[in-house]
Amino acid sequence: MTSPASPSVTRNVPDRLQSSFTRGVRSWEMLLLVVLVLVFSANSFASPYFLNVWNLSDATFNFTEKAMIAFAMAMLIIAGEIDLSVASIIALASTAMGLAMTAGADTPMIVAAGIATGVACGAVNGVFVAGFGLPSIVVTIGTMSLFRGISFIILGDQAYTNYPKSLAFFGQGYVYWVFSFELLLFVLAAIAFYILLHRTSFGRSVYAIGNNATAAQFAGLRVVRIRFILFLLTGLMSGIAAVCLTSRLGSTRPSIATGMELEIVTMVVLGGVNILGGSGRILGVVLAALIMGCVTFGFGLLNVPGIVMSIFLGLLLISVIAIPRLLAHKFKRA
Amino acid sequence: MTRLFKSREALLALVIVLMTALIAWRFPAFIAPANLASVFNDTAPLMILALGQMIVILTKCIDLSVTATLALAGMAAALMNGAGVPLPVILLAVVVLGAVLGAVNGLLVWKVGIPSIVVTLGTMTIYRGVIFLLTDGKWVNAHEMTDGFKALPRAVLVGLPVMSWIAVVLIAVFAVVLNRTSLGRAFFAVGGNPHAAVYAGINVGRTQFAAFVISGALAGLAGYLWIARYAVAYVDVASGFELNVIAACVIGGISIAGGVGSVSGVILGAIFLGVIANALPVIGISPFWQMAISGSAIIIAVAFNASQSRVKGRIILKQADA
Amino acid sequence: MTPVLSLRGISKSFPGVMALSGVQLDLYPGQVTALVGENGAGKSTIVKVLTGIYQPEEGTISVDGTAMRFATPGDAAKAGVTAIHQETVLFDELTVAENIWLGHAPRGAFGLIDRRAMRSKAVELMRSIGADLDPDEVLKDLGIASKHLVAIARALSIDARVVIMDEPTAALSHKEINELYELVETLKAQGKAILFISHKFDEIFRIADRYTVFRDGQFVGEGKIVEVSETALVQMMVGRSVDQIFPKRTHNVGAEVLRVAGYNHPTEFADIAFTLRRGEILGFYGLVGAGRSEVMQALFGITKPSRGACMIDGKAAIIRTTTEAIAQGIVYVPEDRGRQGAVKGMPIFQNVSLPSLAQTSRGGFLRLAEEFKLARDYTSRLDLRAASLDQDVGLLSGGNQQKVVIAKWLATKPRVIILDEPTKGIDIGSKAAVHEFMAELAAQGLAVIMVSSEIPEVLGMSDRVIVMREGRIVAEVSGEQMTPETLVRAAAGIQEAA
Repeated sequence: MTSPASPSVTRNVPDRLQSSFTRGVRSWEMLLLVVLVLVFSANSFASPYFLNVWNLSDATFNFTEKAMIAFAMAMLIIAGEIDLSVASIIALASTAMGLAMTAGADTPMIVAAGIATGVACGAVNGVFVAGFGLPSIVVTIGTMSLFRGISFIILGDQAYTNYPKSLAFFGQGYVYWVFSFELLLFVLAAIAFYILLHRTSFGRSVYAIGNNATAAQFAGLRVVRIRFILFLLTGLMSGIAAVCLTSRLGSTRPSIATGMELEIVTMVVLGGVNILGGSGRILGVVLAALIMGCVTFGFGLLNVPGIVMSIFLGLLLISVIAIPRLLAHKFKRA
Repeated sequence: MTRLFKSREALLALVIVLMTALIAWRFPAFIAPANLASVFNDTAPLMILALGQMIVILTKCIDLSVTATLALAGMAAALMNGAGVPLPVILLAVVVLGAVLGAVNGLLVWKVGIPSIVVTLGTMTIYRGVIFLLTDGKWVNAHEMTDGFKALPRAVLVGLPVMSWIAVVLIAVFAVVLNRTSLGRAFFAVGGNPHAAVYAGINVGRTQFAAFVISGALAGLAGYLWIARYAVAYVDVASGFELNVIAACVIGGISIAGGVGSVSGVILGAIFLGVIANALPVIGISPFWQMAISGSAIIIAVAFNASQSRVKGRIILKQADA
Repeated sequence: MTPVLSLRGISKSFPGVMALSGVQLDLYPGQVTALVGENGAGKSTIVKVLTGIYQPEEGTISVDGTAMRFATPGDAAKAGVTAIHQETVLFDELTVAENIWLGHAPRGAFGLIDRRAMRSKAVELMRSIGADLDPDEVLKDLGIASKHLVAIARALSIDARVVIMDEPTAALSHKEINELYELVETLKAQGKAILFISHKFDEIFRIADRYTVFRDGQFVGEGKIVEVSETALVQMMVGRSVDQIFPKRTHNVGAEVLRVAGYNHPTEFADIAFTLRRGEILGFYGLVGAGRSEVMQALFGITKPSRGACMIDGKAAIIRTTTEAIAQGIVYVPEDRGRQGAVKGMPIFQNVSLPSLAQTSRGGFLRLAEEFKLARDYTSRLDLRAASLDQDVGLLSGGNQQKVVIAKWLATKPRVIILDEPTKGIDIGSKAAVHEFMAELAAQGLAVIMVSSEIPEVLGMSDRVIVMREGRIVAEVSGEQMTPETLVRAAAGIQEAA
């Protein structure tokens, strides 16, 4: 490390010292990629059914819906906020879909009801957090109860079933060969969020706010508006996920997607997004989604219960964050 | 005494009294002493957990793993009971186990420097997973528990069940510890102004560690009480209840930013939720309303707390005292 | 006489900065030693070393001739060293008594804190320093001066032998300052050794017995205050005579750019009116807390004035947000660089392009080449020293961070640039660069407002100076009238002496 103030530095400051290639090799994403390859190969050895395209295609369903929300959540967390109400938004949006269906709406209207409800829920969070300046973790713990609570009030211990057949496409349909509609959505969402976060001035503002919201405001960024939009986006993605999930399950219960918010936050943090805000990349979240999907699927094939898999994910979450920190400590002392 | 009833707590108490009065107006049986005692008893586990969560939040941390700790300690208690371990040993063991689980959280926060929300998000799944590993997912049912094991929380002592007495004692201990010991004041100092805490010779990380250990120990104790009272132990015991615990804290005026809160506030926050939970069936409202009501209460509480603590601008002009 | 506390060869460095190199300091019982030096001379660092917050890499600390190590703030307290800090290091949510006794409260039965003793001893302590506060009052309900008294009481609550006062009068009124001087006399009479850090020469000459001078983290000299003149002290502080530091400027003032009339705020300022011209550097002088930054932040759209108008180029301008201020060509380089200026954690080039993203991007999409070009253009004009433009701003020294912040604003091609304490806490070299650059900007026709608490800087750079006190403009001086004496008198509210 050269000291920044050392006189040996020339007056012409270079743009970059490392090429993007060397950066890539040393990045968190590289570590995730290694983990993914390990998990993937371990699974291939462990079960003869793993390397089957149809099985793999089925397996994508266990992460696509979460990942769609995780992309929006990643931006929210990078901006220094969090939304713990996403799973409850799914419940409410799904309930709205059921209500629309009961009212006789056709498939496009049902889908619109789900997505619109998601956006509206995001707006509620956004008003409280961005508008009134309340801490997002508490507000969204509140709306987490509120949104799902409304579902419970509407549905009680009942459920909506009998969705029109045409709705099934969103969660069960295939676009081409083994590629499902949800997988397509996942890929599109990944690309869209990659561009939004890494290639636009909006994305740059998100990083600035996450690193130092006061300085961002002093630099003329519309901090309140950007925060609000991020909550809207998270609501939108939760609404879309609700459509997919409802379509896939073919029914709505108020308990739908319970606990999913924690899996989504785990996915985001595992993907290298700093929970305190300021840094993280969409590629990391994509890899984390694939790892989590792979682990779930592989363990499922081996008849390992879901709960054991969550232990594994919990350990993975803590160790991937702890190990680099512990190593850094070691190196500093050496 | 004057500080005990500063505005926020007094207001919350007033809301609870009004709410209770309103219910009693239509359903006088609700305020029969026996019923109030049972409301208190029902709320006891929430109070115990909320006291632990409170000190964690005071130090600018959060503990999402409390109910997983509760479930694991509770299952350990049930298994020990099945193996014929005497009850006093079980009681000691659950507290120690809870403290150890809390210490794991605390060490990861203190020594490794991982944000508490990430740590406890991870450990909440791990701790519950361990229950599964211990039991293979099997339930421990009432008939597999000894009568003595099940009876203790319900045993009535001077008019109140033991579970209520435990809550009462813990409330008293916490009131003393938080106000009258240097550790108690350190919890406030670390969260209120970590920078200044260092100047005052307080180790921020170690104080956070202590908060997690205490929170874990309380969750361990609550684990035994919960399992013994409901006479069943399984992997998902009290799953999701951690949000009620945090809700009790927020409604009770604990600032998520740390450093602000009081024992009386937290207890009132827990009682508020307890009264609602117990009143809904009485007044004939579907219990399905409970979730939405507590969610709204959280949002109202946080908005109220924020409006109370709005930073006032600097006062530079001195027209008044010039 | 032998010193109670003696430092020898103390060195302490931070990434990119040598904060202290081999300094010495002696404190004697019953004497006030003034520590003088410019911002960035290492005064705050030595206080942190003395109170166990920082551990020096080299050097010895001896108390009564015995070498000691202050590994924690607790060790320093045990050795009888206590400090009243510049920043408020108190706890807003705790009571007065708790703030005084936190960490060493009197104990009663069962080792519990004896709240009654705590309260009565707090009252006793406060009475000894002439304060009359309710020990049960929660601190956040107190004013600044009262908080300060609590801080002093806290410092005295440990049986201190060495009391460090870090700019204790900065936020106090005239009356309160006199009370503080009396307190210092009381402490002296009790035989305590006092380290008094101040920028105000009048008070140094009034209450100090000895002086020690630091410059750029190095020890320059020490002695008895009666044996030194003000000029000599300034010379030692600055290392060269004052007028050499500042660039020669041709005063080339053009048309009016900005006119502020009747700016009022409920609590922060009142009746603010002034004008600013092209090519002009307008200095804003005043004591810390006089409301200068607050006025500037209102101009920049951070706080909202309750009344008042602002005109740019003769047209009424409405500024409600920072975005609108920037669009009007007003930019603000804040005093609190770490919190409000630089976005640490982001690379230099992204910091520079942040307010100009609309220019460097197309249709909302980033164009990195444009961003690098912008960053290159403006940082090179400021002689930025960095490893690369992709380097995290947080890794730069204070002076270079300031250059990045200034570059960021210049890139927006502003008409009015407000610099709030632009050279606070940066090294002499960067300081000169910033001064030179300011002169250059004015020469190019930019209108510059410089808020500064350093008299030499204000006098050396400004064409005209406005002095504020307690939220109001109390003087506007230019030309011949611009002397240290007029500024200090106006800022302190001292009437013309007969």
